[in-house]
Amino acid sequence: MPTHTRLEVTPPPNTDEVVQQAIEAHSREPGGLLPLLHAIQDGLGWLPPGCLPRVAAALNLSRAEVHGVVSFYHDFRTEPPGRRVVRICRAESCQAMGAEALVDHACARLGMAMHSTRVDDAFTLEPVYCLGNCALSPSVTVDGTLYGKVTPARLDVLLDQPAESE
Amino acid sequence: MSAIVYVPGDAAARSLGADAVARTIRDEAARLGLDLRVVRNGSRGLMWLEPLVEVSTSGGRVAYGPVAPGDVAGLFAAGFLTGAAHPLRQGHTDAIPWLLRQDRLAFARVGVVDPLSLDDWRAHGGGRGLDAALAMAPAAIVDAISRSGLRGRGGAGFPTGIKWKTVLDTPAPQKYVVCNADEGDSGTYSDRMLMEGDPFTLIEGMIIAGLGVGATKAYIYLRSEYPDCERVLLAALDRARAAGLLGASVLGSGRAFDIVLRRGAGAYVCGEETALLESLEGKRGEVRFRPPVPAQVGLFGMPTALNNVVTLGSVPAILADGPDAYAARGVGRSRGTLAFQLGGNIRHGGLVEVPFGVSLATLVNDYGGGTASGRPIRAVQVGGPLGAFLPASALDIPLDYETFAARGAIVGHGGIVVFDDTVDMAKMARYAMEFCAIESCGKCTPCRIGSTRGVEVIDRIRNGERRPQNVALLRDLCDTMTGASLCALGGMTAWPVLSALEHFPEDFGLRPAAAGGGS
Ligand SMILES: Cc1cc2nc3c(=O)[nH]c(=O)nc-3n(C[C@H](O)[C@H](O)[C@H](O)COP(=O)(O)O)c2cc1C
Ligand code: SF4
Ligand code: FES
Repeated sequence: MPTHTRLEVTPPPNTDEVVQQAIEAHSREPGGLLPLLHAIQDGLGWLPPGCLPRVAAALNLSRAEVHGVVSFYHDFRTEPPGRRVVRICRAESCQAMGAEALVDHACARLGMAMHSTRVDDAFTLEPVYCLGNCALSPSVTVDGTLYGKVTPARLDVLLDQPAESE
Repeated sequence: MSAIVYVPGDAAARSLGADAVARTIRDEAARLGLDLRVVRNGSRGLMWLEPLVEVSTSGGRVAYGPVAPGDVAGLFAAGFLTGAAHPLRQGHTDAIPWLLRQDRLAFARVGVVDPLSLDDWRAHGGGRGLDAALAMAPAAIVDAISRSGLRGRGGAGFPTGIKWKTVLDTPAPQKYVVCNADEGDSGTYSDRMLMEGDPFTLIEGMIIAGLGVGATKAYIYLRSEYPDCERVLLAALDRARAAGLLGASVLGSGRAFDIVLRRGAGAYVCGEETALLESLEGKRGEVRFRPPVPAQVGLFGMPTALNNVVTLGSVPAILADGPDAYAARGVGRSRGTLAFQLGGNIRHGGLVEVPFGVSLATLVNDYGGGTASGRPIRAVQVGGPLGAFLPASALDIPLDYETFAARGAIVGHGGIVVFDDTVDMAKMARYAMEFCAIESCGKCTPCRIGSTRGVEVIDRIRNGERRPQNVALLRDLCDTMTGASLCALGGMTAWPVLSALEHFPEDFGLRPAAAGGGS
């Protein structure tokens, strides 16, 4: 299956501004590295590696320390995600209701593997381990919106239309 | 007076379209020229009926569910605003047997109140625990918690009173209260429901903890998978500050307390208390060596009372109605109630808060109604990804910490996941090892490397390669992981693996006797 190898990805044009704001908001906070990284990723959708030395300098940390934190946590992305991010729960409760089949269906239908971004940047497909919706398994998020009792047919509908929001 | 319609804003209800239902109800009311207020309450916990819409009538609240947007016009036409008959009518909410038989203490207001209304919270008994605590000396607060018998609901079941006493007795320039809202165990969602449905009760519990141990600062460490909780908590914290519940002088008492909300970043191990503290300090979530315990040397090196959401959420009721009323519930050394969460392949999934001592069979069959698929139950996993798998024949065991421990199982955070007879238990054992490999913090070799080896060994067993030798190898590996891991992630992954092997040897291609062990 096609997986994505980006040779060169330029950070978004507003990177400097978002990073500066995140530093101003969190650099004086005790233990502020996680909120700071979240603020950048909330603003840009990912953490362009080029901005990390600046984060390290602002917090008086070494680059290695910041890199160690970024690589430890599953949430932090050092590559841009696809235009739509689909996360399928593969923890026990969802497995009991067919999560594995749902994963297979999603991979086949989108023509991509888990843990990857499609070559056309349309989708990122990832596993997640429990969304706290275990009475309504299997659960999925599409662009951060949670859906329960997701059958393959329901997933198709979700992938075809923009996510619902109030 | 305008009619009030409740449409849950809980994430589970929203995952089945509650937002669209709320919107349709508002639109239909506008079209009909009706004066109507929609309240986005928490969930009552009857997840199979979500979105469960309630209307307040002169005779009490009446429930309808599961409601789809397409049902809304028909509900109005049938006269649901006055509680009229309709195929989706579930009767008076308080009289629904599933709720009536529960004993809700921590969840007394969840689904009942408007989560962000302090007036509603007060009107339904919120704040009484704090009022009582403000009139007590710190040692008396800690003593009340000790006498209640409350034990940590996060998984380990450690007595909360002992933990708080340690923090109280450890002198320090600054102490902290930390709420563990990482809720990483699969099959659990009670923390989420409490935070979304009644956030002021968690805040109240945290303030009481602060008064008891002498802490003025607090953090909530919330998993990133819960954006709805984040939104509700941030709004609730703002309102609590504006109302003087939090700040320089809690309700004018002259005692300071404030709470900062922090978001995790997708690491299961950060639910472990010392990894959580590392994460709050801005570091990799690696588990710390013990001693010292966090109650002595915790966040930023200071004494820290770190508790689970439901532990803290149980505190207000204990202070409000006295420790004896709490301790009167339960069995043995498991006092009070636990909010069980039914999930997986279950017909009537949801939240059941009852005293300890209830049997798995009662929860899974009477409340849960058996499997969703209608097929026989084959296995049940209690207590998250590190909990043992139990066969259907073991469902008679009562749920309390000691009985479960004696059976080589855990109650944990009270999550109960049901599997029907199509489950492949060797695959579940493989998954347990795989999960450990994905989430290991990397500090101990047996956990980091052993779990990956474990996946390979189970693969070989499943492929029929030298089964007896590989089963022996798997047992050795489990022994090593159990004996030489710093925390329960590496230390307890053997439980689901070995329980699957013991109770379901045929799934590993073994004859029952060949699997060894015994129950
Ligand atoms: C790997 C691992 C994950 C854990 N995850 C959680 C969690 O998500 N939430 C929680 O409250 N406790 C979790 N715990 C238990 C905590 O370490 C700790 O015992 C608990 O938060 C203390 O609070 P309590 O006494 O109120 O239960 C976890 C433990 C381990 C070993
Ligand atoms: S057992 Fe695993 S998760 Fe726990 S401290 Fe050791 S390496 Fe980290
Ligand atoms: S296991 Fe999938 S939502 Fe909990």
